[in-house]
Amino acid sequence: MPSLIRWRTLRPVVLPLGGLAIATVFLAPFAVMLLDALRPSGDVLQSPPTFLPRQWQLSTFGTILSDERFLNWLRTSVIVAATSTLIVLLVAVPAAYFTARFTFRGRTAFLLLVLVTQMFSPTSLVVGLYREFFELGLVNTYLAIILTNSAFNLAFAIWILQSFFASIPKEIEEASHLDGCGRVRTLSQVMLPLTRPALVTAVIFTFIASWNEYVVALTLMQDDALKPLTVGISSYVTGYEQHWDQLFAASIIAIIPVVILFASIEKHLVGGLTAGSVK
Amino acid sequence: MSDKLSEKSSDVGGRGKVVATTAEHGNQAAPGPGTVPAPAGRPLKPNRRRGRRDNWAALAWLAPALVLIIGVVLYPVVELVKASAGRYSITGLRRGSAGWDNYAHVLSHPTLSTVVINTVVWVAAVVVLTLLSGLALAQLLSKEFFGRKVVRWAVIVPWAASLVITARLFTLIYDYYHGVLNRLLQWLHLINTPIDFLGDDRWTMTAMVAVGVFVSVPFTAYVLLAGLAGIPDDVYEAARIDGANRWQTYRHVTLPLLRPAILVASVLNIIYVFNSFPIVYTLNDRNPGFIHDTSITFMYKLAFKSAERDVGMSAAAGVFNVLVILIVVLVYLRVVRWKENKP
Repeated sequence: MPSLIRWRTLRPVVLPLGGLAIATVFLAPFAVMLLDALRPSGDVLQSPPTFLPRQWQLSTFGTILSDERFLNWLRTSVIVAATSTLIVLLVAVPAAYFTARFTFRGRTAFLLLVLVTQMFSPTSLVVGLYREFFELGLVNTYLAIILTNSAFNLAFAIWILQSFFASIPKEIEEASHLDGCGRVRTLSQVMLPLTRPALVTAVIFTFIASWNEYVVALTLMQDDALKPLTVGISSYVTGYEQHWDQLFAASIIAIIPVVILFASIEKHLVGGLTAGSVK
Repeated sequence: MSDKLSEKSSDVGGRGKVVATTAEHGNQAAPGPGTVPAPAGRPLKPNRRRGRRDNWAALAWLAPALVLIIGVVLYPVVELVKASAGRYSITGLRRGSAGWDNYAHVLSHPTLSTVVINTVVWVAAVVVLTLLSGLALAQLLSKEFFGRKVVRWAVIVPWAASLVITARLFTLIYDYYHGVLNRLLQWLHLINTPIDFLGDDRWTMTAMVAVGVFVSVPFTAYVLLAGLAGIPDDVYEAARIDGANRWQTYRHVTLPLLRPAILVASVLNIIYVFNSFPIVYTLNDRNPGFIHDTSITFMYKLAFKSAERDVGMSAAAGVFNVLVILIVVLVYLRVVRWKENKP
């Protein structure tokens, strides 16, 4: 097999080079972002533009991190994203487990409802959401955006967990039943540890979607101190004031927690997915 | 996949065993983790009394999910439909019923055909390009190589970044006067004079699609990567023993087994891209009217940013949006399943 042998010698060179090219493409816009955060706003709007700052300015990150408004927005984002993710897990796991394992009246209807829910976005329903939360007196509360993020990310979590539970052989559970475990104990002590990859997937999708949700928070959170990062940092560049350096420094700080979260559980996401087929 | 082939090829003695495990795998037909939308398992003990008790147990296990879905997803739909039948002042006050007028106004809106064409082009272009790039990227990231971890982390960044901020960043990168993209293209001698990506009508959609693909590829690649990881090695081994070359293996082994993951990735992409707001809205901020709008930004502008400023009309457009995405996805799923049933 000459092609295989040739590939074997080329491989250690070609793959890392391809990887480097890919990484460059995906990081280049964010390198622009970083370089713009490291120069005065006036330099960002120079024409013609330069790749490197004409004048370096490292102080912006310090300015942002000591800006009380920014810290408020950061706190909102952390609270909202973390709580929404927790709620999604607590609600999706029982629903997914039960639909995967038991037949009951309305099972098909429930799965169809979940599929349909997946197609709705908070953006397309923002008028209806605003009217509902206005009637409930929940405008300007964390609860409103936490409920929104939880509800709209639930479908994906149920979907992915449901199919994962269904792929685990029933024999494992039957053994656990014979040992005298009830449904709840079987779920928490036998099934959940096996489901880690699906849980990780649900956590990442929900956390990122909640962290980045924009339109509903923009409409519902009018109190500046309660805004999440996405909405808050947009006010660094408006028609009246243009602090591009601050906008981008704040954006970079906002990206970091998500990348760290992802990097810390990434190996379970893909590496662990093979663990689904229990041997 | 070829790395697995080459690693295995030294293990000559194990061939017989490998074939045996492959056969076993075929008999069990165990749904692997790659088969994401797998049919659910049957009940543990399908007897009648148990079944009736399960109906009540189901309520307890599903109640929280039902409350959230009905309360926060379906109820706003009802509110949206109600709003679509109302007559509203420019400031958003309800002034009685409008019957079907709002729907009629949307359907007779002069730019409706432009918006529909934009939406079709936007969704089709972004989804197709994302899936193709996602497949290639997943294939690369599934292999072991020096620096793979760094590449995986790099790919996550566009996913982790807020869409609004990414869109803002690209308005700057694309800018005619201050943008580094024109600078880069000139420096590479690909163009002589700068291109007004966001002001020139010939370029705006292309510029939007590029950003759309850029932000959609990462999660798509991860869904496909998970699918690739779920394909057992012995299947590739069997293909190798049968003498399949690399392309044949990909075409007849990898792609069919990756089908469930591709299905999930394409459905999610259709939904996300159709509902995508920040990119189209931000990159079009300068352009008056609806010339590059998709149906989602069209809906938003009807309520907040147009001559109309009409909540009722916007709600009617919203109802159309919801119906369109429902129908598109259900038709897509039907078509895909129909193909699956064919041998």
